[in-house]
Amino acid sequence: MNNSMTRVPVREQDAKVRATNFDEVCLGYNDEEAVLEAERCLNCKNPLCMKGCPVSIHIPDFITKIKEKDIAGAADVIALSSALPAVCGRVCPQETQCEGKCVRGIKGEAVSIGKLERYVADWAREHDYVAAKAGEPNGKRVAVIGSGPSGLTCAGDLAKLGYDVTIFEAFHQPGGVLVYGIPEFRLPKDRVVRPEIENVKKLGVKIDTNVIVGRSLTIDDLLNEEGFDAVFVGSGAGLPRFMNIPGESANGVYSANEFLTRNNLMKAFREDADTPIKVGKKVVVVGGGNVAMDAARTALRLGAEVHVVYRRSEEELPARVEEVHHAKEEGIIFDLLQNPVEIYVDENDWVKGMKIQRMKLGEPDASGRRRPEEIPGDVYDLDCDMVIMSLGTSPNPLIKQTTEGLDTNKHGCIIAKEENGQTSKTAVFAGGDAVTGAATVILAMGAGKAAAKGIDDFLNGRA
Amino acid sequence: MYEITKVEHLVDKDWLMVVKAPFVAKKCEPGQFLIVKLGELGERIPLTIADYDREEETITIVFQVVGASTEKMSKLKAGDCFTDVVGPLGKPSEMIDTPIDELKKQSIIFIAGGVGAAPVYPQVKWLHAHGIEADVILGARSKDLLIMEDDLRKVAANVYVCTDDGSYGDKGVVTDILKKLVNEQGKKYTQCIAIGPVIMMKFACLTTKDLGIPTIVSMNPIMIDGTGMCGACRLVVGDQVKFACVDGPEFDGHLVDFDLAMKRQRQYRDEEGRAMLALQEGATHSGGCEADK
Repeated sequence: MNNSMTRVPVREQDAKVRATNFDEVCLGYNDEEAVLEAERCLNCKNPLCMKGCPVSIHIPDFITKIKEKDIAGAADVIALSSALPAVCGRVCPQETQCEGKCVRGIKGEAVSIGKLERYVADWAREHDYVAAKAGEPNGKRVAVIGSGPSGLTCAGDLAKLGYDVTIFEAFHQPGGVLVYGIPEFRLPKDRVVRPEIENVKKLGVKIDTNVIVGRSLTIDDLLNEEGFDAVFVGSGAGLPRFMNIPGESANGVYSANEFLTRNNLMKAFREDADTPIKVGKKVVVVGGGNVAMDAARTALRLGAEVHVVYRRSEEELPARVEEVHHAKEEGIIFDLLQNPVEIYVDENDWVKGMKIQRMKLGEPDASGRRRPEEIPGDVYDLDCDMVIMSLGTSPNPLIKQTTEGLDTNKHGCIIAKEENGQTSKTAVFAGGDAVTGAATVILAMGAGKAAAKGIDDFLNGRA
Repeated sequence: MYEITKVEHLVDKDWLMVVKAPFVAKKCEPGQFLIVKLGELGERIPLTIADYDREEETITIVFQVVGASTEKMSKLKAGDCFTDVVGPLGKPSEMIDTPIDELKKQSIIFIAGGVGAAPVYPQVKWLHAHGIEADVILGARSKDLLIMEDDLRKVAANVYVCTDDGSYGDKGVVTDILKKLVNEQGKKYTQCIAIGPVIMMKFACLTTKDLGIPTIVSMNPIMIDGTGMCGACRLVVGDQVKFACVDGPEFDGHLVDFDLAMKRQRQYRDEEGRAMLALQEGATHSGGCEADK
């Protein structure tokens, strides 16, 4: 038993060094550190941490295995619930989920569950240990649209139940937001994402890249012509929002999606990649979510001075505390309670600055956060030569437009039952950002998991 | 991998390729585009579909060498492969969903400039297959830059050719011919479809606006994913921002802000130039210049 009130600190790349490279920021626990941290777990009879986990990993069980130094055993426990532990250990907002509920967090620091999960997953990969096994083939076929977190999870769970699963991916590489959105320094692609996807493939899941459902094929084609018994839609929320302010079409104004896709998926930061990327000397990122942090820290690594302009205060920043902390350490400047109202353009049609309105917080709005209000007349000009809009995304309308009988809400999100992913169309299930709008990797995985069970029930006449 | 079954050097910097791409060939319609990518770290290059063969499961693309990536493409031979081909992307031409009876009542003129002849061809061919004969104005800077004339002549009612230098056909630009056809020869067109360089489409639209002919243009801005994700291809149409990849690529030409589109197209000119130099001369700059580090 380790009674320390504080967690075993995790080693990180020095902030000054990492601000100039794309290597992973967090270095993770070694064997000794992992066991020491595991021993802080009280192994509660009624583990609240599990209730905070969207995929209900048996957290005390896997931590007990770490205490016993049976890391393969720990991997087996996690594999019962999660197909992407190396990813989740890195990008889940544990502070508001498992760790947020941890009893040890009441008087001290919560057990570092995320870092322990990551440790187990990394151990399994380094030791070529594959925990999950495919089920006996049951002869039924399921199509999964999108190879992001929800699709991979749904596909993995169905394969474990014996289904013949094919994932259709629009991009040339599988992974969805894990490869185009989240940067290398937070989630290494070759070292972490690719092996995790390979593990799903080892369960027998096929992945067809370069297929756009809605254009190359429709959902009705999959059900009526291609011989699939059910379809899961996990196509995410990819459509970027803009502010609709003057100057937004100027050269040098990008969506975070464009900037991150160029860098992450197309590898523009590498000398040997063909896709170009622009980086200004002074970059303004508009928005305060995790994607804004990713864009800001990417621009910083490409050599820019970076400002994050956000209309509310630090307390309301939607990004994870850890990401904000890392961003500050690296030298990102936060201009809070400020909102751009116009983008200035130079004689060459390039961005040269922004007109910024200072804000104050008023009464709470529908989201429960205090509403930002303009301070009349309090505006100033901020020089910059590049702007990255990170204001959230909405689902791609393509599937909605090409699928008869698939209902969506006014935001374009597919309407699906939370408990099993069932949509308004028979044999079609959905989950992840395509249903909720932009959310987190782990919530999408939870939805993929629920839908896998929903599909299994449906195809066995239990629903 | 997507096999290239035919490579043809058309003129100067223009190349034609036939590529095996079953999903695209099965579903594509005139007006749509696709994306090709060469190599693991290659660029995603959007190209309008110039023809398709559903039985052979092939599509035809025509491209112009404008930068390092298209330069690399021009070195490919039959039997080589693209790493990735994805499509069809964008919406099909409006005519595809228009009842044939309606189309038959129309009098359609196409304006094809330079390499824009390639995307015009499948539309004229599609109309021809449905019993509708359209006119085509085919323009180029000079005779040796003209493409697809023979193909177009087989499917169009009339093909009017013009060159800037007068080396073939009429001397002049496409708008001169259009004005001549309407004002001097009494032709009455109810629909124009203009595809070519942005500057040509801009002036074609100014002319058709004067002549009162509704005009559709096909935009080909910078884009990455081609599925609505990056927003790089945004255009201003009327008073709205549209994404060429999912809302287009075809738009009402009388509403498109062409000047803005031209500015946005120049966005990566420096990078493109540097990449081209690196390809031709080796990494003389990107690897060697201290100022770059």
